[in-house]
Amino acid sequence: MKDKKFIIGGVIIFLIIATFPFWYNQGKAAPVPELELTAKAKAAKVCVRSTEYMKAGHMQLLDVWRDSVVRRGDRIYVSPSGKEYNMSLSKTCLDCHSNKAEFCDRCHNYASVRPYCWNCHIDNPKEKT
Amino acid sequence: MDSSRRRVLQLLGLSSLALTATPVLNAFAKEAGHTEEPEPIIKPDKKALTAKQWAMVIDTRRFKSAADVEPLAAVCDTIHNVPHLQNKRHEIKWIWETHYHNAFPGEAGRFLSEEVEHRPFIVLCNHCENPPCVRACPTKATFKRESDGIVLMDFHRCIGCRFCMAACPFGARSFNYRDPRPFIKKINSQYPTRMKGVVEKCNFCAERLAVGQMPACVEASGGKLTFGDLYDPQSEVRELIRANYTIRRKQVLGTEPSVYYIV
Repeated sequence: MKDKKFIIGGVIIFLIIATFPFWYNQGKAAPVPELELTAKAKAAKVCVRSTEYMKAGHMQLLDVWRDSVVRRGDRIYVSPSGKEYNMSLSKTCLDCHSNKAEFCDRCHNYASVRPYCWNCHIDNPKEKT
Repeated sequence: MDSSRRRVLQLLGLSSLALTATPVLNAFAKEAGHTEEPEPIIKPDKKALTAKQWAMVIDTRRFKSAADVEPLAAVCDTIHNVPHLQNKRHEIKWIWETHYHNAFPGEAGRFLSEEVEHRPFIVLCNHCENPPCVRACPTKATFKRESDGIVLMDFHRCIGCRFCMAACPFGARSFNYRDPRPFIKKINSQYPTRMKGVVEKCNFCAERLAVGQMPACVEASGGKLTFGDLYDPQSEVRELIRANYTIRRKQVLGTEPSVYYIV
């Protein structure tokens, strides 16, 4: 055990390097983004589903919508509250949420997800017409 | 293990008790405020037009020059955000004009009436009843819709392998070799564009039929094109097919095109 000090020293150096990102970034977590609602979205008060549901599961909802509209042609969504919606990303979702930069992008950037919806779907119907 | 009669009976009793546990737990879960929301319902639009197999009849006698075709193609391109690329190899086509010899190869007789030979023939996806493109697609991105026979594209699923383009005997499919957006004159915000790397083609205006409108080219044609259900003996298309001599493109291949030409 004559190399004891080298071994322990090495282990300590390893631990410091391995945990470096944790203590270096401590307390510097990026703040949760604040989402801005457009006047229209504020006035509507409720989305297609509850806010909690939309926050957690809008991607699953959109996936169901897409399959239904594209593959079966069924494009009316009757929400649990009984209201009917046209299942269209551009015409329904982005009609209310016409502020993609402050609404969609902020959260997507924070979560580091890069959905490619807007490669094809037009982000803001009102801006263009 | 001790397997006396007494022990076995005890175990049986305990197991039957355990069977009742799930409903009890569910009842507790409900009381704790986890009530299920009613399920949302998805349904078609009430105004939607339906058919067993949509079909189109093109009265070529009423097309005299390219000027008769242009407005139909233009309205389609505007509605569906079809880009106009100068390079012929990158061209995107949904509905376009072609020569008789190209539309009906092998069927063009010699010494034909000049009038027929020089007519502009409108061509588009034939929405075949037996579509070879659908069989070729490895991802089921293109499919024949059971409900109305339209051969549709799910652009989300297309991986751009172009097997469908090789399979289609009518050249009705185009591939986006480049990002199409910069080549669209005026973007229609009501319809998505496509992205680089997907195949596209005419969709018989499925998005218009779903809200009770006729296809854009039919609407713009002023009666030169007729659209309807091929399997409804009373429909307008059947009436026209019955009353006039019609031909279809490359019928001998057995794809059963749904676009009929009155010549």
